[in-house]
Amino acid sequence: MVVEAKTRINLREISNKEDKLAPGHRLCLGCAEGIVVRQVLHAIDYPVVVCSPTGCLEICTGLFPYTAWRVPWVHSAFENAASTIAGVEAAYRALKRRGKIEDRVIKFVVFAGDGATYDIGLQWLSGALERGHTFLYICLNNEAYMNTGIQRSSATLKWTWTTTTPVGKVIPGKKESRKDMTAIIAAHNIPYVAQAAPHAWRDLMTKVRKAIAVDGPSFINILCPCVRGWRYNSKDTIAISKLAADTCVWPLYEVDHGIWRLNYKPSPQRPLTDWFLSQGRFSHLVAPDNANLVIELQQCIDQEWAKLEKLCQCFAD
Amino acid sequence: MSGNRLKGELKALEGDNAVAEAMRQINPDVVAAYPITPQTEIVMTFSEFVANGLVDTEFLAVESEHAALSACIGAALAGARALTATCGPGLALMWEMLWIASSWRLPIIMNVVNRAFSSPLNILCSHDDAMGSRDAGWIQLYAESQQEAYDNTLQAVRIAEHPDILLPVMCCLDGFVLGHTLEPVEVLPDEVVKEWAGTYNPCYSLLDIDHPVTYGAADFTDYYFEHKRPQWEAMERAPKVILDIGEEFGKVTGRYYHLVDSYRLDDADVAVVVLGATSGAVRVAVDRLRKNGIKAGMLKLRCFRPFPAQQVVQALQGKKAVAILERVAFFGAEASPVFLEVATAFYLRGVSTKLINYTYGLGGRDTVPGQICGVFQDLIDITQTGKTEPIFRYLGLRDF
Ligand SMILES: Cc1ncc(C[n+]2csc(CCOP(=O)(O)OP(=O)(O)O)c2C)c(N)n1
Repeated sequence: MVVEAKTRINLREISNKEDKLAPGHRLCLGCAEGIVVRQVLHAIDYPVVVCSPTGCLEICTGLFPYTAWRVPWVHSAFENAASTIAGVEAAYRALKRRGKIEDRVIKFVVFAGDGATYDIGLQWLSGALERGHTFLYICLNNEAYMNTGIQRSSATLKWTWTTTTPVGKVIPGKKESRKDMTAIIAAHNIPYVAQAAPHAWRDLMTKVRKAIAVDGPSFINILCPCVRGWRYNSKDTIAISKLAADTCVWPLYEVDHGIWRLNYKPSPQRPLTDWFLSQGRFSHLVAPDNANLVIELQQCIDQEWAKLEKLCQCFAD
Repeated sequence: MSGNRLKGELKALEGDNAVAEAMRQINPDVVAAYPITPQTEIVMTFSEFVANGLVDTEFLAVESEHAALSACIGAALAGARALTATCGPGLALMWEMLWIASSWRLPIIMNVVNRAFSSPLNILCSHDDAMGSRDAGWIQLYAESQQEAYDNTLQAVRIAEHPDILLPVMCCLDGFVLGHTLEPVEVLPDEVVKEWAGTYNPCYSLLDIDHPVTYGAADFTDYYFEHKRPQWEAMERAPKVILDIGEEFGKVTGRYYHLVDSYRLDDADVAVVVLGATSGAVRVAVDRLRKNGIKAGMLKLRCFRPFPAQQVVQALQGKKAVAILERVAFFGAEASPVFLEVATAFYLRGVSTKLINYTYGLGGRDTVPGQICGVFQDLIDITQTGKTEPIFRYLGLRDF
């Protein structure tokens, strides 16, 4: 069945819809994960089955005897959300073909942390993408393992403080650079891949509409500022999200059927020091002793941005 | 045997192919599997069935065994009948998911073509894999022959999906010994299996959009304990269901299945307890000894989980000495798992029979009837001396 991409987001229409994630869940005040989940689910006009691996979202929304999910939801383990949803999707195809369930469109969505996506679950995700299951995988990227208490992941920026990369007398935070997961996913040549952030809600929801319309896998890596882990005031989540895009720490772009497209170009690009000043996890970087680290990171971000711009220009008409 | 028993077609099949044949006839909704010697033939044969349109199963050739079971779990939650197969290292990789499958009461069927654990690397038979996961909440059946491997797979579907049970079932067959050797197997007509297997009707499904369910919520001090209890209770109900289905299967095929099987055991003085393919060698040994007037007998465990304690004690009560043969390398306990189960069952019923334990055939080493005769000789010695030490013994282990 061909599904038409209805990409225009109508705010009034959306604000009248029932939330599929009920209020009363236990996510922290100001947590971006809840905001993003609601944005994503509001953008999908079909019945959905949701899967979450172990992580903040899972533990805060499904604690027996309560559930915040008004849609079918499953949490199996930390590493295997992609193959769990692959099994559900395979069952859907089999049972529909055999006439055992009604022939109606159902969409399959994973909400997974960066730990579940970049690290422990990468193999499962890669396999499910390669096999071509039709599902949308959302990475709720808060740049660390927050559920277990702010440990580093391979999404954590270099020189960031986390509880497994503490700022010590000889090592000033995480020594390694983050991996470019969105590009790794794009290299699977799946129909739709994107990066988004919650402050740019229309962009985010439009991307979800595009992603959910494709036949095959789609992936959106969404920045999720974390009050506890990033050390900022809970009212600032959306401002911090915007700052990530304006400093080019988190570029908003998409790879739509192989075409790379930049969705937002900050003007002017704000300096990385603004990013570091906004969050406690970078407080050591603001000290004069570590000025060289800031210069190094700025160069790094600038290089990544330049590369992305070039790549997108290749596809510009 | 009933006179109107159904005649299937006799085919020469390796154990793996016999299992694949059963899977073809069941035509599951979803199969997710990953190749590993000596299970690979199952996946390859089933792939051919898919490619040739002999089944219309959604077949997922996944990237690991963990993903295979994870996908089967997802599929079963969505209301599908899901099957997989693995062995040794693959089963080890699935470990975390074994427990999730059984906790969710998902009737997944998994054939395990038993293989030894590394290290050293070995692709041949030990029962380390299945025995290592004996407490994961899965029903476990062991096959003596290719025919039993086929029959167990067909019965497993009915056992697993029985409303009183709803537990995953592991069907074990010895790697290579059964998996890769040809034997005649009576394959039932496709229509008969189709009717036998029926369809899976789940209580809850993730695809029931109008009645959303939450699967996998967390439980802590308040409910976790209570949520474990139904698993014990389902296991307790399993023996009756396994027997009923074994009986029903017998009516269709003439091959009746039980929890345990005795061979020349009734009047035996000394007995060997064994499971899996080695039962064949024990039968030969028993026959040889009987010819020489020695009252030897065998008890074969078809079902190890749930452990049929009652039946085991009943069958072995009054024997003068019993040897339990096991194909595992497990460390740190006084004896291996089956021995510990048998000893517990005896103790709890106030039966004191002399018991010894043998580890045999590790990593595929052959165990021949001559060696089993030696075991019976040891048992006869025990009946004379009354001395069982050492309890834990090796069968066929060289001193280099
Ligand atoms: C196999 C396994 N290893 C480790 C854990 C412990 N664990 C649970 S959640 C988690 C981190 C989750 O981090 P992430 O995926 O980034 O999600 P977040 O909580 O930050 O949203 C870890 C390490 C686990 N549950 N299972």
